[in-house]
Amino acid sequence: MRRLLPALLLALVGSMVSAQQMTLTGAGSTFAYPLYSKWASVYLQTHPNIQVNYQSIGSGGGIRQVSIGTVDFGGTDGPMTDAQLAEAHSKLNTSVMHFPTALGAAVPTYNLPAVHADLNFTPAALAGIFLGTITRWNDPEIARANPGVKLPDDFILVIHRADGSGTSYLWVDFLAKASPAFRARVHVSTSPRWPVGLGGKGNEGVAGLVRQMPNSIGYVELIYALNSHMPYGRVGNAAGHFIKADLSSVAAAAAASANSIPADFRTSITNAPGADSYPVSSFTWMLVPVRLPDAAKGAALKAFLIWGLTEGQKYAQALSYAPLAKPVVDRELEAIKNLQY
Amino acid sequence: MPTMTEPQRATKTDSQTTLGFFARLRKGDEIAYLVTLVAALVIVLITALLAQHLWVNSELSRHTSGWRFLWTNDWDPGSGIFGALPFIYGTLITSALSLLIAIPIGIGAAIFLAEMAPRNVSNILTFLVELLAAVPSVIFGLLGIFVLLPILSNYVVPPLRAVFGFLPIFQGAFYGVSYFSASVVLAIMIVPFIVSISREVLIAVPASQREAMMALGATRWDVTWRAVVPYASRGIMGSVFLALARALGETMAVTMVIGNVPDIHMSLLAPGYTIAAVIANEFTEATGDLYIHALIELALVLFVTTMIINALARLLMLRFRVQEVNA
Repeated sequence: MRRLLPALLLALVGSMVSAQQMTLTGAGSTFAYPLYSKWASVYLQTHPNIQVNYQSIGSGGGIRQVSIGTVDFGGTDGPMTDAQLAEAHSKLNTSVMHFPTALGAAVPTYNLPAVHADLNFTPAALAGIFLGTITRWNDPEIARANPGVKLPDDFILVIHRADGSGTSYLWVDFLAKASPAFRARVHVSTSPRWPVGLGGKGNEGVAGLVRQMPNSIGYVELIYALNSHMPYGRVGNAAGHFIKADLSSVAAAAAASANSIPADFRTSITNAPGADSYPVSSFTWMLVPVRLPDAAKGAALKAFLIWGLTEGQKYAQALSYAPLAKPVVDRELEAIKNLQY
Repeated sequence: MPTMTEPQRATKTDSQTTLGFFARLRKGDEIAYLVTLVAALVIVLITALLAQHLWVNSELSRHTSGWRFLWTNDWDPGSGIFGALPFIYGTLITSALSLLIAIPIGIGAAIFLAEMAPRNVSNILTFLVELLAAVPSVIFGLLGIFVLLPILSNYVVPPLRAVFGFLPIFQGAFYGVSYFSASVVLAIMIVPFIVSISREVLIAVPASQREAMMALGATRWDVTWRAVVPYASRGIMGSVFLALARALGETMAVTMVIGNVPDIHMSLLAPGYTIAAVIANEFTEATGDLYIHALIELALVLFVTTMIINALARLLMLRFRVQEVNA
């Protein structure tokens, strides 16, 4: 009895703690990390018993961890493939759902010492540059989109991401849509096999190389470009307008695609229709299993997700994420009802 | 009473050789034996676990790619094609080139510090060298990008090309990031290892070696080069292989200056990639089991490469006998 009592007490205290305090763990996309950690800290103020812990281990890691059930939710910048979903289903015994939580974009950044204007890039020009078929800055495909700009007769040095990245996925996804030649040559993936160029590690690696090497061009995440005040070019959209990426043009791309988003939200919104849409935009998704072993945890996760999609959106803008359009959020709130907890 | 204790003590010392296990345990010998044995076994265990883990978790890739993994040079994870040759090539080239640069500097500095320099100069320089060995590699990477690359592109590569430009290893476009730049950064990182260990070994050479040579009327340099250095050669070789091990596995500093392009180039001025760098870069975003297994197989390749190089080093050391000068 004397030995049993402390054990009982411990169990009692343990159950009280777990009833009061709950930790939701998530892992994945580094792009979404600032947003989710902001959400977590704001949410904790109003829901002191819900602690959300999100690790930015990369989209690939997020997909992997949520698929084997080591975390409660994942984050990814590229939707899971059918094969990955099937794999997750077989390991978890339940499906994984995608919920767009915010928007991101990739922008072309370049270093041309003699050119001070913001350059316009047609999708074909970008595809040609990153494929290695357009090799000089004064190529007609670039020059035609930039009347009045004197482009140098120099070789283009391409800089891309060396690490696997959702930004690479987005960039390649757009180029593959824009150019059949690119599609035939490069597989859309987070670590594409680039035909030309040098690799930099992370946004800062690409930005560093571009800054150091004259006549170079690379791509970085929009938020990184905004925060580090880098100059970047406009990109031609499906309607033929050259659009500078900013929060409203990225949001416009999502709004214009709202009607064509499939029921499972796994969609690319690159090359979106609409006159004001920035064409290299993408959702970032939260990956949520339909069933969790702990139903109470599931309910808390569901509440957190609903809060993020509604209240949480206003924090997105402050962190330079483009917020989701209302029709998209409404459809997501409808889809959340499919979560079985 | 004292007459009683004397014989007792004597019998005790006599029987000490035949003490039982527990008695010896109390005395400390057995404890020391067991503790050091466990420490040694832990090392064996860690190595075995590492090898086993790498082997098991690369199974998918080994079965899918087979030996092609080692000698094909197309790395396209999106299409599920994995050829590791560019990384193996890059790792070997940068390590070898960095040694080529670091060995003369390292051994030269060690000889100066141990044999030539006045004591206080030697002390200060040795302190600086050891400080350099403790600098984190990411700092060397930053130094590489912001200081070394501009210097190499402006002052080193143009004259190199002017003299040796006809060689294929110095042809092609130079963007700064390259095998060559990575090797120079690596060389800077491993020189302190060579200097620090070689200096210790040189200092430890017995005075009799020097005195014997001097007695024959040799100059100071003769003494150093023909008596001291040969005597210390095994230790110096050891320092070089330790440096090589570091060069093979260095990740952060290399990925920052090598260009991260999975291609094979004859030119040292071209960008490339290394095994450690690609694992660090791609592991976090690797989706799908095959991709992960391919990266782990790369780690296995690096592990085996290090093993082979260490084994070769051992063999080479066996051939180097300690050469003593016998007066």
